[in-house]
Amino acid sequence: MKPLIDVRGRPLLLWIGIAAIAVALIALPFVLSMVGTTWVRIANLAVLYVLLALGLNIVVGFAGLLDLGYIAFYAVGAYVYALLASPHFGLHLPFWIILPIGAAVAALFGVLLGAPTLKLRGDYLAIVTLGFGEIVRIFLNNLSQPVNITRGPQGIAQIDPFRIGPLDLSTTDRVLGVVISGPMKYYWLLLAVMVVVILINVRLQNSRIGRAWEAVREDETAARAMGIDTTAVKLLAFAMGASFGGIAGGMFASIQGFISPESFVLVESIMVVAMVVLGGMGNIWGVILGAVLLSFVPEILRWTVAPFQNALFGKQLVEPEVIRMLLFGLALVLVMLFRPAGLLPSSVRQRELAGEEAR
Amino acid sequence: MSLLEVKRLEVHYGGIRAVKGIDLEVEEGELVCLIGANGAGKSSTLKAICGLVSRSGSVSYAGTDTAGAPVHELPRKGLVMVPEGRGIFPQLTVAENLAMGAYARNDASVNEDIGRQYDMFPRLKERRAQTAGTLSGGEQQMLAMGRALMARPRLLLLDEPSMGLAPMLVAKIFDIVRDIAKQGVTILLVEQNARMALEIASRGYVMESGAVTLADEAKKLLADPKVREAYLGEEAGA
Repeated sequence: MKPLIDVRGRPLLLWIGIAAIAVALIALPFVLSMVGTTWVRIANLAVLYVLLALGLNIVVGFAGLLDLGYIAFYAVGAYVYALLASPHFGLHLPFWIILPIGAAVAALFGVLLGAPTLKLRGDYLAIVTLGFGEIVRIFLNNLSQPVNITRGPQGIAQIDPFRIGPLDLSTTDRVLGVVISGPMKYYWLLLAVMVVVILINVRLQNSRIGRAWEAVREDETAARAMGIDTTAVKLLAFAMGASFGGIAGGMFASIQGFISPESFVLVESIMVVAMVVLGGMGNIWGVILGAVLLSFVPEILRWTVAPFQNALFGKQLVEPEVIRMLLFGLALVLVMLFRPAGLLPSSVRQRELAGEEAR
Repeated sequence: MSLLEVKRLEVHYGGIRAVKGIDLEVEEGELVCLIGANGAGKSSTLKAICGLVSRSGSVSYAGTDTAGAPVHELPRKGLVMVPEGRGIFPQLTVAENLAMGAYARNDASVNEDIGRQYDMFPRLKERRAQTAGTLSGGEQQMLAMGRALMARPRLLLLDEPSMGLAPMLVAKIFDIVRDIAKQGVTILLVEQNARMALEIASRGYVMESGAVTLADEAKKLLADPKVREAYLGEEAGA
């Protein structure tokens, strides 16, 4: 497939393109807040999902290890943040200390999940990871007794927002007459984090580790025969993927100001897997596209289904919530039918599916 | 001292003794073959040498016992195996497969070495952008051998390189094995095709139900009436 615009040998064009996208992304919250601040919040959630999908893509897309309990790492990161920056324990550490701690703890949980499952593949691994995700959620739900650590199903409230010196990211400011709301400030922070995470991912994919992951995904025994330490490489995939989840979780906790185990249910894990698969496993840009689409489309449907029915039938025939998920499922099925390797497949996956057809 | 020294090697699969305490040696620069019928324990021996299956007895390579050394460390020390059934990466291209073979190396001459494999296997050069899974059986075997050579082996372990190939290709593969040996790579070759293996090897071991029953120079084994009858398909005394 030819690229849409050939930028090879034309670096200026590439830089202009990047600059245009950057300006558009930076200006986006102003446009969205004209429609409503809700949409800025939705955009923030979408960026969080991009972070999650990129983290999961390391485990599923690069190393080929199907993980259905990925949201557990998001939960770990969120709870680490909540416990260290809320009135619950009276701790109020700054975010730039907590986020790395959250990433590290999540990475530790990643290794904790990875180590006993090293010999498992495919379906078996999926079931164990699914169980792991549920175990973490149930622990969070029940760790309120005998010592109250997580406050159980009540969740933790009044979590500190991000503060950089005098700048509080949760409050509304007025700069030169322009209203800058809290969600907008978070949006720019998330955007910056996302750029860093994307850069790390691109570098990882083209690195020695990236090649090792590719080999492990293809044939583990052969990878070992090439001198790849498959144990270390797989644990590294779990740990790196988990740490991105942990960072996203910490940011989620501070943006929402309140978390409870209900935010980390199985459906969330499945949603992130769907983003990775729909966008194109192993392709960073595809995964981003998948995450953005799957976070925005249901919201757009939420706002359009009811007025549409009213206009067509004059009344509500079907609950908007029901029809929203129905259309969403239909869209997923269609994409999988017509673009089985995802919207923007990775070159290797594309070959894989082409090979299956040829066989 | 020999490059590879195997002593009293045993391999058990559950209650079954697949290899029953065998001794074998490979000197630096030699091409040694291990022949025997299906199920004689040849592949198990090779896997045990690499640590892919658990074993008892001792395996020493280049003067050090390899017990406890993780499998992925061996290629760094020059001990490289081409597994039975080739073990190529089917979704990667030929060029990517070759590059992966140099994973254990840290030098900058990887691309030169890929060029060297293309000189040795012109077919691979033609197909370098193709995915390995679309190659024919013979081409896959060549790729597996080229990829192993990318690690710059000192001792190359080949497990049944002729398996499932057409007779013409078998002859070609054996020519290549002989060429690799001429370049100074020590080779331990496991084969069912006893005649071809003995013709290119300097020494040979014959395995029968888990034990080495004969060990001699390849020429003498080729002339041995027992070998001729059992493995070369000739009548006794013919």
